[in-house]
Amino acid sequence: MSERELDADVIVVGGGLAGSSAAIVLARAGLDVIVVERGDYCGAKNMTGGRLYGHSLEKIIPNFAEEAPIERVVKQERVSLMTSDGSLDIGYSSEKLSAEPAEASYTVLRAKFDKWLAEKAEEAGAEFITGILVDELIVEDGAVVGIRADGDELYANVVVLADGVNSLLAQQIGMKEELRPEQVAVGAKETIKLGEDVINERFGLKGNEGLCWLSCGDPTLNEFGGGFLYTNKDTVSIGVVATLSDIGYAGMSVPHMLDHFKEHPAIAPYIEGGKTIEYSGHLVPEDGIHMTPELYRDGVIICGDAAGFCINLGFTVRGMDFAIESGRLAAEAIIKARDVYGAYTKDTLSSYDIMLKESFVMQDMKEFKGFPTILSRREIFKDLPEMADEDARKLFTVSGKPSEGLIMEMLDNLAKRTSARELVDLITTILEAF
Amino acid sequence: MSKMSVDDKLGLDVFHTDEVNSHIDVDLDYKDQEEIQKLLYACPGECYKQIDGKFTFSHLGCLECGTCRVLSHGKIVKDWHYPHGEIGVTFRQG
Repeated sequence: MSERELDADVIVVGGGLAGSSAAIVLARAGLDVIVVERGDYCGAKNMTGGRLYGHSLEKIIPNFAEEAPIERVVKQERVSLMTSDGSLDIGYSSEKLSAEPAEASYTVLRAKFDKWLAEKAEEAGAEFITGILVDELIVEDGAVVGIRADGDELYANVVVLADGVNSLLAQQIGMKEELRPEQVAVGAKETIKLGEDVINERFGLKGNEGLCWLSCGDPTLNEFGGGFLYTNKDTVSIGVVATLSDIGYAGMSVPHMLDHFKEHPAIAPYIEGGKTIEYSGHLVPEDGIHMTPELYRDGVIICGDAAGFCINLGFTVRGMDFAIESGRLAAEAIIKARDVYGAYTKDTLSSYDIMLKESFVMQDMKEFKGFPTILSRREIFKDLPEMADEDARKLFTVSGKPSEGLIMEMLDNLAKRTSARELVDLITTILEAF
Repeated sequence: MSKMSVDDKLGLDVFHTDEVNSHIDVDLDYKDQEEIQKLLYACPGECYKQIDGKFTFSHLGCLECGTCRVLSHGKIVKDWHYPHGEIGVTFRQG
């Protein structure tokens, strides 16, 4: 391998958040980096709900929000349990939310945000090749030595796979299995233009304050998944996410689910008069630590969505902060391999594994490893929103009829829907998850 | 908001289209209705359609999400790879 002329020290496949984060850190350490991105530009193939928790990017670019094209700073949170005509909302708004950069979160649009991050990597010295699809990895004696793209071959000491949730390259060389329907969800989203003032007025926001609103129940007609609405600068991102294994349960297609969600009485008034400017779709990894692939081998390392790094707790959904952190750690592991060993084997890259385990990436995924199980229970998506609706209606309704007492009514309501054994089973699952 | 068809929504997106070559190879003679129904429900771009019992597929309007690959690889979806560089959807918002 030493006799062959290398095109770069490191080739990064994919110019998303993981790839560009890795590229910035590598380039700053003086490594020659080539990032190969299949889209017209970085971000062109990417989509999020979405909210970025800023803490991991802060470590690479402190106070990035001052210059990055973020949409809004999140100051309002809302989570809703929805039935066809009701919505029980839990909301939180505070000046304390996103008060410090390390704890802040932002609504973002990926076509703009990823493009900016790629520019930062370019400024740091990384070279970008866009509009080129990497067809396959070049493997010699079990080690990844380069890539084949559009008839060309490029060689490097290490290839970083940051090629997204459908990492066909990791699958090609057997580091990752085919995705299974219960491990991923499909998101379908519309970006709807409303104007800055209309958004501020309707959602009760000031200046560049933003709202993140997650919901479950009726948005997916009780299928596993949910609805989301994020306020951007002058648009809202609105969409549904549906776990693939459960699609069909309600007999409605994903695009129709999105229309259904937009028509919900709790949603429709907010987007009335808006103009859709883009329609997008993407897969979302949902299975957390259970879908972690083989993360590194001789000459290759996997990060971001390609590694399935994600957490969905229902009220917080994270993936982009994991992508950025894992991209950075992949880069750190490569830098260490260079500095300490001057070689890029499975052994010399193994600090990646250690750093991941010491970081929030693996620790949080481990902590919340039971959530994929909770979020594959019908009770959460059907019974819970229906019960919440019924209890809330009783709580807030005065009809002059004598009341049985709120607690009795709630217990009655619970007993109608579930047996004691089912309830114990559900509670056990939930307790295990925490 | 007034209702839009998926075709109208896709019309808002930028596509660099290769009219001839599809990046997804679909078995249109596949007979298992249950398997077909999964794709009809799941594809956000409505690339899979069944009109008067006839199962059709068009890669134009594909959002490259990979849902059909995950659901039916080796069955209806004989082969699925990404379109060549610069071909396919380009998100301006994302």
